[in-house]
Amino acid sequence: MNYDLVVIGGGPAGLAAAISARRKGIKDILIIERDRELGGILNQCIHNGFGLHLFKKELTGPEYAKCFIDEVRELNIDYKLNTFVLDIDDKKELSVINSRDGFFKIQAKAIILAMGCRERPRGAINIPGSRPSGIFTAGTAQRLINMEGYMVGKKAVILGSGDIGLIMARRLTLEGAKVEAVAEIMPYPNGLNRNIVQCLEDFNIPLLLEHTVIEIKGKDRLEGVILAKVDENRSVIRGTEKYIECDTLILSVGLIPENELSKSAGIEIDPLTFGPIVDESLETSIKGIFACGNVLHVHDLVDNVTLEAYKAGEKAAEYIKKTSKERVLKTKKVKLYPGNGIRYVLPQYVNIDDLDNNLKLFFRVNDIYRDIEILIESNGSLIKKIKKNQVFPSQMESITLDKKLLTEIDQEILINVK
Amino acid sequence: MDKIEKTCIICPIGCNLIIEKDPESKDGYRVSGNKCNRGLQYAIEEMINPTRILTSTVKIRGVSNKMLPVRTDRAIPKGKLFQVMDVLKELEVELPIKAGDLIIENISNTNANLIASKSIV
Repeated sequence: MNYDLVVIGGGPAGLAAAISARRKGIKDILIIERDRELGGILNQCIHNGFGLHLFKKELTGPEYAKCFIDEVRELNIDYKLNTFVLDIDDKKELSVINSRDGFFKIQAKAIILAMGCRERPRGAINIPGSRPSGIFTAGTAQRLINMEGYMVGKKAVILGSGDIGLIMARRLTLEGAKVEAVAEIMPYPNGLNRNIVQCLEDFNIPLLLEHTVIEIKGKDRLEGVILAKVDENRSVIRGTEKYIECDTLILSVGLIPENELSKSAGIEIDPLTFGPIVDESLETSIKGIFACGNVLHVHDLVDNVTLEAYKAGEKAAEYIKKTSKERVLKTKKVKLYPGNGIRYVLPQYVNIDDLDNNLKLFFRVNDIYRDIEILIESNGSLIKKIKKNQVFPSQMESITLDKKLLTEIDQEILINVK
Repeated sequence: MDKIEKTCIICPIGCNLIIEKDPESKDGYRVSGNKCNRGLQYAIEEMINPTRILTSTVKIRGVSNKMLPVRTDRAIPKGKLFQVMDVLKELEVELPIKAGDLIIENISNTNANLIASKSIV
């Protein structure tokens, strides 16, 4: 089987990437989705608040997904459901499996990685104690309740204040469970402000900052957890331990881009984002393989995923249309580094001569900062400076650099908080 | 309650609103800390009649492993959220359903309609 473009993942990133490649004239596109329907994680995000930036409307997850699923159908883009990609190689050959066609191979001219991310489970944070049932990641609980119709418990503690955890605090409460507390190990919440208000304050659910779960009790079913306060080094403060009876523990302790396939192809991974290293075209270290959405870096807003995916689709289309002679090595490749106070920056490389007009950088800070300047520098000289009243690690920031500012640059670019 | 603080949730900026009772002003409250006019409106509505859009799921007749996501088509009083949830608990819908289909008109006298937020055939 041959396709010009194979998109791996039929969530918001994959759908938008396929649509944009089709709009740029690519006819032969296949989306591969492992779930029973298109839409990805949006299908379980039944709450509203999606599309505020892109559509200026507050849509629920399924409604946001529908906009793109309808367009994929109108554009007659092929897709395969319940289908799993086992492996991709550096020649862009995919090994694929499903129960109807069995095992088969697809040769693609270009691939877009849009596999999304995975939740960090209990094992990733090493909570000691027994291993009873009743411990769920927030997304698993969300899928069980919202899509499959199973209630996960009656009395819950939520560890971590990521957005899905906050959303699940409200959801469990509305469905009749009692949420005893949301515990967050950091001194600041990890989710969006509006979720703290709408999901916790509205229902008088306490948010315990600088607290964590230090022990899990119960044999067959969870019976309770021990919470404790932590100091500035995140070490438990003795004497602050507190037992809370509960039958459910929901973990909302972070998301990790899902890059097993990227690694199997030999794509270089950034240890800071856990996603592929890309340039301004969202092209990975293998020519013709692009990445977008949460597989690249974890986003706060789906609107940003869609915009990024549009770009990946457009750039993949450009790549496919080029002859092999035109796909010459790009010139003047400059690396971007996260400096002081910056956790990561994206893209990691820019090919300055190939820039369309400007370069949009995305980054996250590593702590809360107030009244700061973000400095973009190269070889000791300042390229751009912007002021920010306050920045949070939980909110992705962006800066647009005009191409004119970059034409003279030939050394690495550093981004700093001052 | 001379002065209360609330985080604005209209947009992701999340302004810290300071709301004070002020019999002199038109709405009875004086608001500061908001960066835009929508924040002002939000603050006053939060004091007089806080409302939220409710999203949830309902059962589908004859289908055991799938739920239909639903929403109110406009914000309803915060105090009525659980009353509406009680109605949803008893509800079962028939397929096929299209996103936007009306499920219950003026649910629990909230002036809002309950609509499907997904198409399921």
